[in-house]
Amino acid sequence: MIRNDVAITPELVKEHGLKADEYDRFVKLIGREPTLTELGIVSAMWNEHCSYKSSRIHLRGLPTKAPWVIQGPGENAGVIDIGDGLACIFKMESHNHPSFIEPYQGAATGVGGILRDVFTMGARPIAALNFLRFGEPDHPKTPHLVSGVVAGIGGYGNSFGVPTVGGSVGFDKRYNGNILVNAMAVGLARTDEIFYAKATGVGNPIVYLGSKTGRDGIHGATMASAEFDDASEEKRPTVQVGDPFAEKLLLEACLELMKSGAVIAIQDMGAAGLTSSAVEMGAKGNLGVELDLDKVPCREEGMTAYEMMLSESQERMLMVLKPGMEKQAEAIFHKWGLDFAVIGKTTDTLRFVIKHQGEVKADLPIKELGDEAPVYDRPWVESPRQPVIAADSVKAPVSEAEALLKLVGSPDQCSKRWVWEQYDHLILGNTVQVPGGDAAIVRVEDGPKGLALTTDVTPRYCEADPFEGGKQAVAEAWRNITAVGGLPLAITDNLNFASPERPESMGQFVGCLKGIGEACRALDFPVVSGNVSLYNETNGQGILPTPAIGGVGLLDDVTVNASIAFKDEGEAIILIGATSGWLGQSIYLRDVCGREEGAPPPVDLAEERRNGDFVRQLIRSGQVKTVHDCSDGGIALALAEMAMAGCVGAEITAVPETMPLHAFLFGEDQARYLIAVDEDVAADILYAAGAVGIPAVTLGVTGGDSLILPGQQAISVKQLKNAHEAWLPEYMAGKA
Amino acid sequence: MKSAVIVFPGSNREGDVVRALKQAGSDVQKVWHADHELPKGTDLVVLPGGFSYGDYLRCGAIAGRAAVMDAVRAHAARGGLVLGICNGFQILCESGLLPGILMRNANLKFICHRQFLKVERNDTAFTKAYAQGQAIDVCVAHGEGNYTADAETLKRLEGEGLVAFRYCDAQGHVTADANRNGSMNSIAGIYSTKLNVLGMMPHPENLIEDLVGGTDGRGLFESLVSSFPHAA
Repeated sequence: MIRNDVAITPELVKEHGLKADEYDRFVKLIGREPTLTELGIVSAMWNEHCSYKSSRIHLRGLPTKAPWVIQGPGENAGVIDIGDGLACIFKMESHNHPSFIEPYQGAATGVGGILRDVFTMGARPIAALNFLRFGEPDHPKTPHLVSGVVAGIGGYGNSFGVPTVGGSVGFDKRYNGNILVNAMAVGLARTDEIFYAKATGVGNPIVYLGSKTGRDGIHGATMASAEFDDASEEKRPTVQVGDPFAEKLLLEACLELMKSGAVIAIQDMGAAGLTSSAVEMGAKGNLGVELDLDKVPCREEGMTAYEMMLSESQERMLMVLKPGMEKQAEAIFHKWGLDFAVIGKTTDTLRFVIKHQGEVKADLPIKELGDEAPVYDRPWVESPRQPVIAADSVKAPVSEAEALLKLVGSPDQCSKRWVWEQYDHLILGNTVQVPGGDAAIVRVEDGPKGLALTTDVTPRYCEADPFEGGKQAVAEAWRNITAVGGLPLAITDNLNFASPERPESMGQFVGCLKGIGEACRALDFPVVSGNVSLYNETNGQGILPTPAIGGVGLLDDVTVNASIAFKDEGEAIILIGATSGWLGQSIYLRDVCGREEGAPPPVDLAEERRNGDFVRQLIRSGQVKTVHDCSDGGIALALAEMAMAGCVGAEITAVPETMPLHAFLFGEDQARYLIAVDEDVAADILYAAGAVGIPAVTLGVTGGDSLILPGQQAISVKQLKNAHEAWLPEYMAGKA
Repeated sequence: MKSAVIVFPGSNREGDVVRALKQAGSDVQKVWHADHELPKGTDLVVLPGGFSYGDYLRCGAIAGRAAVMDAVRAHAARGGLVLGICNGFQILCESGLLPGILMRNANLKFICHRQFLKVERNDTAFTKAYAQGQAIDVCVAHGEGNYTADAETLKRLEGEGLVAFRYCDAQGHVTADANRNGSMNSIAGIYSTKLNVLGMMPHPENLIEDLVGGTDGRGLFESLVSSFPHAA
């Protein structure tokens, strides 16, 4: 019988984030009252963050398979085959709550956690990306959060030595009390040298590696599963502190140890630390696990079993080793100056047994801790449909040229150079396209292949119509990869939503997921990894539904790619795809007209695929080197970005008379690309598009040092650039 | 030519510089920081970029006292060539091989961007492939690159022609705007008195291919290899 020193009161259960019925379920499962350590363990395993209890039934609808998928969701990261015996391993994960409380460390450990997920599987990280959303610029906390988060991401990734090559930064009042910090990591491994969490063999040593265990981050995963209120900053002690130097050493030591053939299974200690890593390894392998906590390397004296099991100290790993190889493994870890300790073994009992100072502190059924977690089919309601806003019902408050100048210098559309210059985006010498384009491109080793990488979602679309918004998020990631010449292969999704206990936000979640699933199926773009972050709300105000999509695509020849910059004078500018002048939920309607309303643009997935395949083929055949997809701000913003990137102007002369000019220029119809090509090739492309029924029209020609929109005053490229580059640095300096 | 690239815990651009050296035709070996000797026949020692020992205490301070640094100092004392890039420059300053120190950037932030450098002289083993006064397009990636030295040291560096590179614009003009980290006299790199040790903050090793932005960094490695015409 286990000694039980602490009475488990209803208050204590509540403090652990467990509902009364969940606790009852647990007591029934183990047939007695739990010890405090056991209560801690179950609270860690059954919280939303670790158990996916509200989301699980909806996640089942996502497509996760394709011939090139080696490992879908359920492991530390997803794995896809990119040919030549190489696998690309990637995942995106949120660190929203910690980053709001302590922006530098919250963001830094978010990056650390996702890098660890990738190298746990045997991959060397080759690129990092992120997806960030902050509150409105005028909110007093926003500059401090931007500054801390950006420095934290850079501080960790730069020291670790991975290039941060892409991302997305935006502002909205709906994130005032709850920012989003989603980090994505991408790594490379040989397809026959991938490591998994599943333990095998009875009596094999379980080894603790990396940094020592301290009292930091206890209950971090539980915090991540709670709503915020005004007292949330008191939760600062639950935020962990990152040490990128220790992580770099851990990477090198792990990869060296994996090469030695000693590793059977490996799991990083992320959310819920030692508890969740040990349970996962055992449960996946149908094995019991016995740990002796006296052997755990501790940073502080007098740590209890409860504290050790729930600590979220960073830069730690758990491994099952082949018996007899402990000495060899230890030598590698000591060479890198890291802790190494055999702390337990696998058993055939299917029990999770924790011993400390000669006493059994926990003895729980291991499979049930994971598999028997509650699963909820939460009530949800469909979001109300928004009316379609007719193009000619929106009057232009200012000239198109003025509107464009305003948009290029607006918080959401301005240059994010201030951010990405704080990230080392050039280390490893393989960054073919730096931040600022449609997708980043990194070369794979010494070539010839390359990966196209992007993160994207349009939260205002998701709120107005979760289903179309979910589709659009996937379609846009697919389009970004296509626009640089990549073949989109798979995604990781980071589903950021408000409380699942409110039917409205649960309805947004359900709707977005349906849309994501439908788009993934139509575009052969399966989900291979992801993360769900719910309860993103403060004092009852939820965030915009934000299912961030991280996309990965492949370039067979990385030297054959396209970028957004106009490269030459006298090139024809061709628009691919149909334009209806869709202004509902557009940036123009929001930022120029001051109206946040209407249905978002619908996504026709067949059209999306047809247009994208056509553009990709133009790039791959070497005919086209300049491509930009049309998204926020429509054709006009895309043109401005192409002109600024290349320092080449353009004149637009041919526009349809069937719709108002501002609707044509700023409408956000989907599945569209702008390309610029030599005038000799233009006719062939128009003909080829026509032959397969793809709308394609010439809008104008590149050249000069100004962007000239029809009937508008010329805007010099310099003027555009000044506006584009000015806002963020001035804002951060307290001037904007 | 034989190059030895020293790897400290926390080095992270060693692979980049190995690639650049090999491309230029050098034979390259990596050397672990705890070793006491350099490989036999080493012509050039490279201290690569990174965050040795996490930049804890002070950038380069712990690495500057690593076991292998005695061998590096001895190599330099014999007139052997030593190149320190970024964290390598910081280590050279901390180990006494070069004067001065690298402080936090003027804006207190890590900065990574393309950067032009003015080649101050082209009569050294490191720069003979460049033209004197040429503006080369490379990149920087550092949080502590703000070169600082006392007035006397600065005067000596300038007087003896020991400034290797200065931050400049595309036309080769040394301007305040081009000196983003705030270095004294826009100094991006300096030589030792005998011109056999070079420390520099920018990364020529990341600009060696058109595909990834340009080839202006190649000249430095080609200069080094061509300094050993008879070596393998």
